[in-house]
Amino acid sequence: MHTIYNFVSGPLAWLAFIIFIGGSIYKIVTMAKLAKKKDPSVYEYWDTGFALRSIAVWSIPFATVNWRKNPVMTLVTFAFHISLIVVPLFLCAHALLWKEVFDINWWYIPNGLADIMTLIVIGSCIFFAVRRSIRHDVKYLTSKSDYLILLMVAAPFVTGFWAYHQFPAYRLMFILHMLSGEFVLAAIPFTRLSHMLYAVFTRGYIGSEFGAVRHARDW
Amino acid sequence: MGEPASKIEVKNIKDIGLDEGAARLTPERIEKVINEVIDNETGARLKVYVDTCVHCGLCSEACHYYLSNDKNPVYAPAGKVKQTLWEIVEKKGKVSPDFIRRAAELCYTECNLCRRCAMYCPFGIDVAYMMLTMRRICHKLGVIPQYIQDTAQSHSATMNQMWVKEDEWIDTLFWQEEEAAEEIENLRIPLEKEGAEVMYSVIGPEPKFRAQLIYQAAVIMDVAGVDWTMPATPGWDNSDMAMYTGDNEMMGRLKKEHFETAMRLKVKKIVMGECGHAFRSVYDMGNRAVGWKMPPVQMVHALEFYYDLFKAGKIKVKEKYDKPVTLHDPCNVIRGRGLHEMARYVVNKVCETFIEMTPNREHNYCCCAGGGVINCGPPFRDKRVYSNRVKADQLAATKKKGVEVCIAPCHNCHGGLEDIIHHYKLGMELKFLGDIIYEVMEKPE
Ligand code: HEM
Ligand code: SF4
Ligand code: SF4
Ligand code: SF4
Repeated sequence: MHTIYNFVSGPLAWLAFIIFIGGSIYKIVTMAKLAKKKDPSVYEYWDTGFALRSIAVWSIPFATVNWRKNPVMTLVTFAFHISLIVVPLFLCAHALLWKEVFDINWWYIPNGLADIMTLIVIGSCIFFAVRRSIRHDVKYLTSKSDYLILLMVAAPFVTGFWAYHQFPAYRLMFILHMLSGEFVLAAIPFTRLSHMLYAVFTRGYIGSEFGAVRHARDW
Repeated sequence: MGEPASKIEVKNIKDIGLDEGAARLTPERIEKVINEVIDNETGARLKVYVDTCVHCGLCSEACHYYLSNDKNPVYAPAGKVKQTLWEIVEKKGKVSPDFIRRAAELCYTECNLCRRCAMYCPFGIDVAYMMLTMRRICHKLGVIPQYIQDTAQSHSATMNQMWVKEDEWIDTLFWQEEEAAEEIENLRIPLEKEGAEVMYSVIGPEPKFRAQLIYQAAVIMDVAGVDWTMPATPGWDNSDMAMYTGDNEMMGRLKKEHFETAMRLKVKKIVMGECGHAFRSVYDMGNRAVGWKMPPVQMVHALEFYYDLFKAGKIKVKEKYDKPVTLHDPCNVIRGRGLHEMARYVVNKVCETFIEMTPNREHNYCCCAGGGVINCGPPFRDKRVYSNRVKADQLAATKKKGVEVCIAPCHNCHGGLEDIIHHYKLGMELKFLGDIIYEVMEKPE
């Protein structure tokens, strides 16, 4: 148990970070290069002001027509994404890790809040899965991999919650927690989770086209 | 995955261009052409769009096809990409002739490239761009609905959409000049006037079927005292079906000819009639195909031109149009150029009662004729009319509020809305904004 623990929390964690950061840079750089070569218009029409305008509007819940048309989805997806990013970065236990490994003083959120946010992530994943299976249009777009991704994303939160509350077999869960977290992190650049890397560019580009060329709003 | 096939299946509609085109295909040729297009013509954009889409379906309700066909998922924007490019990218071009047959019918007749869905996807994924990429592949494979291919052929043979010969063009202008001169003494349609301020350009069908629009434009120009001209050579037609078949080379040639004609005449700007797709071609897609980031000669759509004339007080209204009107916002000049407020300014100037349809402005539903769909001809007429029940509902709601006339400042929209008004028995009149301006303006006795 101890050696596995050491391995998972040591080298494997480093590996996951390296794959995540290296993979992200690799993905963005190759796409940027490819775009330069094959779609130079993307650069020509890019307009930082309008790109930021579009990104800003779409980052505010209910600011766009489509967010307003789908109030439940909007609430869930914002709560989900915020929790998804805040919990791993600012959980007290993780903040201690930052301190231990990099000797930086990091902010952290109260454990009660972290608990709630964790449940939000898990609940949202269930919501997304149900939505996928009952809405005809979403179901039509869904393949097995979409459910798998939801499972992958939920796993570190379920196991983390389990371990923190010391439910049965929590030591094992703790290892699974680290493993699944590392797995998701490493998977971001290479799966549909890469939407995290591309979102600013796709949104920014359409915002530029709508704003600077077409003089119209894109929300 | 997903829905059982029987429920969502869409039957192929007979079309000689699609059927015979697909019959000539071999898997090897398909693979080769697809990979040529993907490797050489679309790089990062397609890849990023395919990778980024999280299959959330938030774009579905943007599309009038989806809404009008009882939310059948095959008509949802991302659903259309699933049936075309996802599969193609995943299989690296190893798809069957049957697959291409269905993909071709889909991309040419089940999407108007209206770009409404790009405003609904949280990532701003441009489904219209992907449908255009699919059309590009189909063009290179020679699987194109026959009617629209015929107009593209006309473009390449005559540089206009309707097989209009040079002498026919000039004759039509003379004829309209003569007619208009009976109403307004000494009215001229100045041909080939070098150094005029404005070159007026129209679409191919105008001299062919809607010559009175040239007459009306001439009257408006004359009364407003505009220094204008029209070319006597090819290059007068601003329309562009090659853009919609996927013939990008021809799109480029057409726009080159158009702009070079304006440059030869040394005009300051080109003013064009009330057409949406032509505007997209000269302002957005065609100029890019030749390497002009923005049009090399200032392009002014009729809506903006009217606005300028009214703002400058060059046209006076005798008596406002008294029937209650509504306004259809054509995608290509609203989502494509943001002319919605100018359009409203002019409508309010010339009409007594203006009632909005909802949704409107950038969020208006397309007429379902655009993107070349109406140009695919009679075989696909029913599909396009059934697929825009939401437009009929939109119009019917304005009718309840008393609207008698729908203004549609776009040729394609006119064709599409005419069919919708007829099929759904809406009993509304359809007009160009120019029709009304012509009717209510002060003219010299
Ligand atoms: C920080 C940048 C990110 C942005 C801008 C972003 C944006 C989005 C958007 C716009 C959607 C579309 C559907 C929806 O609203 O639910 C979405 C869905 C999703 N995102 Fe993100 N996301 C980001 C990061 C992440 C990360 C880091 C993960 C997980 C590791 C993630 C997991 C998901 C999942 C699983 C869905 C699919 C929901 C479903 O199944 O319907 N996102 N994201
Ligand atoms: S018709 Fe318009 S809304 Fe529908 S998929 Fe095409 S571009 Fe999108
Ligand atoms: S195109 Fe956009 S809105 Fe539509 S399913 Fe994909 S990510 Fe969702
Ligand atoms: S025909 Fe009119 S409504 Fe339809 S796509 Fe073109 S501009 Fe839009």
